[in-house]
Amino acid sequence: MTDHTEELHVVTVDVNGVRRTASVEARKLLVHLLRDDLGLTGTHVGCDTSQCGACTVDIDGQAVKSCTVLAVMTSGSSITTIEGLARGGGALHPVQAAFHEHHALQCGFCTPGMIMSVRQMLGQNPNPTESEIRHGLAGNICRCTGYNNIVRAVQSLASEAPRHD
Amino acid sequence: MIPASFDYVRATSLSHAIGLLQDDPDGNKLVAGGHTLIPTLKLRLASPALLIDISGIDELRGIEVADCIRIGALTTHAELLASKPLREVLPIFHQAADMIADPQVRNRGTIGGSLANADPAADWPAVVIALKGELELAGPTRRRRIAARDFFVDIMTTALEPGEVLVAIHMPRPNRGAKFRYRKIRHPASGYAVVGVAATLCLRDDIVSEVMIAITGATSRAFAADSASTHLIGKPLSTENIAMAASLTGEQAECLSDHYASADYRKHLVKTEVSRALASLNGA
Repeated sequence: MTDHTEELHVVTVDVNGVRRTASVEARKLLVHLLRDDLGLTGTHVGCDTSQCGACTVDIDGQAVKSCTVLAVMTSGSSITTIEGLARGGGALHPVQAAFHEHHALQCGFCTPGMIMSVRQMLGQNPNPTESEIRHGLAGNICRCTGYNNIVRAVQSLASEAPRHD
Repeated sequence: MIPASFDYVRATSLSHAIGLLQDDPDGNKLVAGGHTLIPTLKLRLASPALLIDISGIDELRGIEVADCIRIGALTTHAELLASKPLREVLPIFHQAADMIADPQVRNRGTIGGSLANADPAADWPAVVIALKGELELAGPTRRRRIAARDFFVDIMTTALEPGEVLVAIHMPRPNRGAKFRYRKIRHPASGYAVVGVAATLCLRDDIVSEVMIAITGATSRAFAADSASTHLIGKPLSTENIAMAASLTGEQAECLSDHYASADYRKHLVKTEVSRALASLNGA
């Protein structure tokens, strides 16, 4: 294996509405930029193999797994993390409030990623059926809740009366 | 998991990317969505000298539905899932995209990356073969097109030559009344196809006038089930003819074996899934 000169690349991203600049190695993953360089530790590293979704963040309006994105590739993007939803310790985002209300978490490790995925899902489909909710959360794994309360939390946010499959 | 070090360049044009690739076709790698490559880098199964980021090249983007259908290599699975014009003409893209991985992966992973990587269990190879697609490749000295069925050579091996980039997938507009089905037996952990079947079919007065069946997951590369198609042409889509087509496809498949599915089991799944795909098109 060849050692390459570790040239640093300047990455400028908008994170939760604030312009941030960092010098990173090309191999740095976005989740490590967020957690280690920018101190935003709400985004979790779970499986580190693009399965579990704990690292889900929003890049330019799309939920993505930040353990499988090179930080250098995101330069110029707008990124929203879980910290960007209830800014300055203000009122919870509606998805956060629904998770709180419906007990949609136990240990909470998957919750930031889960909430970022639900946010995208409801943006695309404001009134999902139960099976659409479960299909839409296929990229987020929770080992505590058994998912039922997560589904109930999402159903409580539906824009209309429950639609059945 | 941290990849080994590499250099990185954001390519500004297709010719820029081809030039960089040509500098060291073995050591330099293209990256777009990165959803196969980045996990591979993290496991250190690959350690390229240079990653060439092609994600900003406009020529590689877009879905065009006209007399022909063109899908740019950078088109994500999510874009293929969401495209209404594409769904109207070739609904098989919606069917297959909806079975790929999960929403976050679909937002980044691209059809061009999937095809060029040629994982034997990937979904798109079967779809583009069944649609009689052609892949547009751009290299240092020429541009060429190759039939999708000739593109997949072996496990993770394609007909791409050193310095070539997959630009787009082209497909003929299907005949009115053409029917489409993609089915797969999904690996419960990876989501990849243990066996996947893409089928397109035209019936005229209840007789099969056109049919193409392609299989992925079962063998070292996606393939067209020609013996089944030959059998079905000019015949009604009866239970007996479907069973014969399924059996012929199973015979054609030299199946892979792994800890999840033996070759015999895969062969069984090929027959079952071809039967189900064809049956679902009968009267659909």
